Amino acid sequence: MTKLQTGYIIFAVLTALVLLLTGSIAVTIGFVFLFGTPLFFMKPLPAYSTYLNYFNKYIFLLICTFIFVFLITPILIIMPLSFNAEPYFTFTEGMLSFDPAAYSFRWYQDIFFNGMIDPAATGAAWWSDMWNNAQWVRSTRNSFFIAICSTLLATGLGTLAALGLSRAEMPYRAAITSLLISPMIVPLVITATGMFFFYSDVGLAKTYLGVILAHTTLGIPFVIITVTATLSGFDRSLIRAAENLGADGWTTFRKVIMPLILPGMISGALFAFITSFDEVVAVLFIADVEQRTIPRQMFSGIREQISPTILAVATVMVILSIILLGVLELLRRRTERLRGLTPA
Amino acid sequence: MQDSSTTTPETLVTADGVPLKQKLIQSTRRARLRALLLTLPLVIFIIVSFMIPIGQMLLRSVHNDTASSVLPNFAIAIQDWDEQGLPPEETIKLFVLDMQEARKKREIGRTVGNLATRINYEIPGSRSLFTSSSRKLARVTEGPYTEALLDINKKWDDPVLWRSLKRATNDLTPYFYLAALDMKYDGEGNIAEADELYQIYVSNFWKTLRLSATITFICLVLAFPVSYLLSTLPLKTSNLLMILVLLPFWTSLLVRTTAWIAILQTEGIINDILVFIGLVGEDGRVQMIYNQTGTIIAMVHILLPFMILPLFSVMKTIPPSYMRAASSMGAKTFTAFRRVYFPLTLPGIAAGTLLVFILAIGYYITPALVGGEDGLLISNLIAYHIQKSLNWSLGAALGTLLLAIVLILYWLYNKIVGIEKLSFG
Repeated sequence: MTKLQTGYIIFAVLTALVLLLTGSIAVTIGFVFLFGTPLFFMKPLPAYSTYLNYFNKYIFLLICTFIFVFLITPILIIMPLSFNAEPYFTFTEGMLSFDPAAYSFRWYQDIFFNGMIDPAATGAAWWSDMWNNAQWVRSTRNSFFIAICSTLLATGLGTLAALGLSRAEMPYRAAITSLLISPMIVPLVITATGMFFFYSDVGLAKTYLGVILAHTTLGIPFVIITVTATLSGFDRSLIRAAENLGADGWTTFRKVIMPLILPGMISGALFAFITSFDEVVAVLFIADVEQRTIPRQMFSGIREQISPTILAVATVMVILSIILLGVLELLRRRTERLRGLTPA
Repeated sequence: MQDSSTTTPETLVTADGVPLKQKLIQSTRRARLRALLLTLPLVIFIIVSFMIPIGQMLLRSVHNDTASSVLPNFAIAIQDWDEQGLPPEETIKLFVLDMQEARKKREIGRTVGNLATRINYEIPGSRSLFTSSSRKLARVTEGPYTEALLDINKKWDDPVLWRSLKRATNDLTPYFYLAALDMKYDGEGNIAEADELYQIYVSNFWKTLRLSATITFICLVLAFPVSYLLSTLPLKTSNLLMILVLLPFWTSLLVRTTAWIAILQTEGIINDILVFIGLVGEDGRVQMIYNQTGTIIAMVHILLPFMILPLFSVMKTIPPSYMRAASSMGAKTFTAFRRVYFPLTLPGIAAGTLLVFILAIGYYITPALVGGEDGLLISNLIAYHIQKSLNWSLGAALGTLLLAIVLILYWLYNKIVGIEKLSFG
């Protein structure tokens, strides 16, 4: 019998003990999940390893499991909670016994109904009422509008600057890079305070343009970092080859540089998008009720009238970030593939 | 190259006859300029939308013209006063006339009320003196003005008040920095410690630093094993597990904060579990949120990916054979770790620690939502002064101090790690 098999047996005995002592299926499942996962990932160690080596390795994996659980649980737990039929933030008896009556879509409906003048109307009237008056729908529209505008601005300006920064002959590179990255480092409250005063003076406070400019500023460091990283693996002789073949600067950019750095640009744009989409401090300081975004709405929701509608919105946002993460992963693979093709 | 025979051997020239050296300088300069021009639009954008607003805020912390704009004539006259006894009759006359003028005009930001608020910062409780006297001063039409003022309220007899007015009419004032450092001017105009009741800012700065350090340390302790595991696993598995790190990173801050409220509140999931397994009674539910514990737990969760990512990228570059070499030379696992592996991870530790600390020290949203009273950080005090109490100059002074701390850390980060090493995922 190998040492690992001994471990399995000990684990089986312990599980049986837990089941006998607590008499609860739920606790046993929890025990198996938490303490069994690290065992599942255990690989046979070199032949000279002692039981102590195996035990240490197991403890190490166990700690890692706990940390991963800590990281991911908060995000997963809001999903079932958002289907709660009761206005509570916790699991009810019915939910735990999987009673269908304890689950409902009412908080998802509430995303649309909250703020509507007449939720009972039908047809076109309902749709226009929902589109114009529902608070969450309104803030979703604001969020997307502001995020898309600031993403386009940040990506355009940021890519241009990254092209300059990655040139070998760029003067004052360190100083300019740290200047352009600084919006990420300076505490948001300070940035927002400064913008609040300045934008009030020039009449940009409480306007869409003001919020868009603020979010562009905050998104730029991410674009700079990702695009510069992509450009660092860029084979510069390709540019000379293109010029050699008679392409002018713009054609070279469009036909040679752009397709190669596009994955980096898109991931930079995604970062800028999520920065704007998730930003609330600048909105708190600069925006008015009219420019309310989703995070702003959630912020006042948590402070004033906490209802599971927030959990429903949060679930939708998690799904959105899963999609974004998926896109980013695909882009990363593409970049790696492209890098594999270009000679070092 | 075929032209080389026609040139003198000392100075190489290009086809158009310019010495090669000069031409090289020219073209390098042009290339540098072209690179600079590419970054120019963004640099201008950042300066206008970011640097100027922040610069303006810095200015606001030392510059406050409330008093001098409410009392323009008095502001000039009082500068000649020797600060002994009361100011001369002529100066007090200007004060009365300026007060009457301000009451009549009622310009936004230049009312007697604004002046009263400004002086009230320095002499708490003096606000009502200004507003009530202003009402009665409207009836005073002729001198002697000093007596009229003293008839209205005996408190005007106090030189401390006039000294404070003289200081306040100076547009440039260090007062707000003194206030931000829990100091004040005493009656004689010397710098002294503020009353104990008002000493809240220095202790709050310390609390912010302490909490940030705690959060950074917990993040490091949690990130180290996870990053090690991720760096040693085969690429396929580690990519899969990396999703567990990146998903929280990509999930909205407010979503995560909401989730922690659902988990930690007294009617929340952890308390329910504790009651279910019988660790605490129904009435002994633990308060884990709306205090420092809540702030620490939620912020560790939010900032943990910022520690894992730089640690992971450094650990990935450490060859596993180093540890094997150490053990083959007789080092115990712990010795090999301490003497070989740990020193190699130091760049990652420096990067992660500094980044997390910088981000933690300026955090606003999470403490505001789950911090309750004693989990509030300095950012929350700044926001309070900007949005609620409207003591903008004090908010700006606190902000400048926070900015100074962050910039020192940023400079350190640049020095130790290098900003170009920053990357995500």
